[in-house]
Amino acid sequence: MYDKHIIYPDSLRNDGDAGWRVGVRLPYYRGQVLSAVEDIALTVDGEKVPRADVRFTVRGKTWTLDQLETTYDERWEFGEVADVSVRRPGGLAPGQHTVTAAVQLRISYLPWSPVTSCTTELSVA
Amino acid sequence: MTIQHRIKRGVSLYSYQYETFLRKMSLDDCIAHAAGLGARGIEVVSEQSFTGFPNVPDEQIAGWFASLDRHGAYAQCHDMFMDIKLYKDRRLNFDEMVASLERDLHFARRIGCPTVRIIVNTPPEVVVACVPLAEKLDIRMGIEVHSPFHFDHPWILRYTEITRATGSNHVGYVPDMGMYIKHYPPVFRDRFLRMGATPKIVEFILQAHEARVLPDYVIMDVRKLGGNPVDLQMAETLRHNIWSNPRRMLEFMPWIFHIHAKFYEIDETGKEPAIPYDEIIPVLIEGGYDGHLSSEYEGQRHIEDAFEVDGREQVRRQQEMFKRLLGEMAGQQI
Repeated sequence: MYDKHIIYPDSLRNDGDAGWRVGVRLPYYRGQVLSAVEDIALTVDGEKVPRADVRFTVRGKTWTLDQLETTYDERWEFGEVADVSVRRPGGLAPGQHTVTAAVQLRISYLPWSPVTSCTTELSVA
Repeated sequence: MTIQHRIKRGVSLYSYQYETFLRKMSLDDCIAHAAGLGARGIEVVSEQSFTGFPNVPDEQIAGWFASLDRHGAYAQCHDMFMDIKLYKDRRLNFDEMVASLERDLHFARRIGCPTVRIIVNTPPEVVVACVPLAEKLDIRMGIEVHSPFHFDHPWILRYTEITRATGSNHVGYVPDMGMYIKHYPPVFRDRFLRMGATPKIVEFILQAHEARVLPDYVIMDVRKLGGNPVDLQMAETLRHNIWSNPRRMLEFMPWIFHIHAKFYEIDETGKEPAIPYDEIIPVLIEGGYDGHLSSEYEGQRHIEDAFEVDGREQVRRQQEMFKRLLGEMAGQQI
């Protein structure tokens, strides 16, 4: 759902020397409690980002992906752009990059956890 | 003579989800559009249209009521969810589920909705435990009878046995018209073709659907025909695109509180090619249904890969169809 809109347009940024970040929207028609977010698997130029290097931020609060799984009192709202950041010394080289974000959600009324994947070309200054 | 009935028109704001997601429509825009079509009963997926659920800020609630007032609309139905899998390692227990539904009943009251759509995965015992509160708040709880469920499915039969034993008129049904898929939806077919389905196998699946072949048999046949993964995926959708008899609603009519007028597409001739509203609406009239037909557009997810989504135009077309079938067109005689 909303597959091609999951990665927010023109949202790729270097985070100083610490890494990089990209805007990601929830691939679902209803806002979710953060514990329902099972994974946000990122790849950049074909290279998988380790799960432990990913941080998720909404409205000024930041979690690791493992921490999201036990966060029951905060939500990723419908259409809200989360700031998903990656710790990677030096960040990304200036220019074009192919970024994939695959978001896995635990939907209570479905017997499986759907994964929605979005791949897009983004440039970083 | 004119058609005698008490059916009212409404829109679920779910229909405008694509535009809402992309921030092309605000909550006020959605309400304005529905009310502008004379569809004044508003249904809301609250966790889509508000933030911070269940602790939605007061100013958002005030804005909701202000929009309803401004556009001459009213709150009709709150769509509730049950996060049974809130915790990764266990399901919610009974008391937690009851607390979750009670929370939604209070929320429905807060936003002025007399009806709550109960999501189908809610155990009937939980619904029954909430009957006293629903009666106190005067909120009607209707389980969403949604494909692949239907009124004669064992899960719904059990719901009926357990809820009818309460004798309460605050517990019943919100049928979703997606259980009346008379013809395979063209938007599904076309999407599978774009994804690489084999045209001959697509034709085979369409014919099997028309012949009401058991989905498990069709899936096995498609395997034998050497179907690719997309062909198999299409065959599997037969499990969720069921046809059942709209006349089965007649028996349950006193407890049908609201109707999800699901549609995947209204074509340029003004018809839903998959769901026969010209058969469904006469049944509702015959049964004396006096609730809302709530437009629920769900074509967006099947066309978004290739086409511009236009929820407003689709809702407009469906509401035009309702006006015609309900005898609301100027000077219309039946």
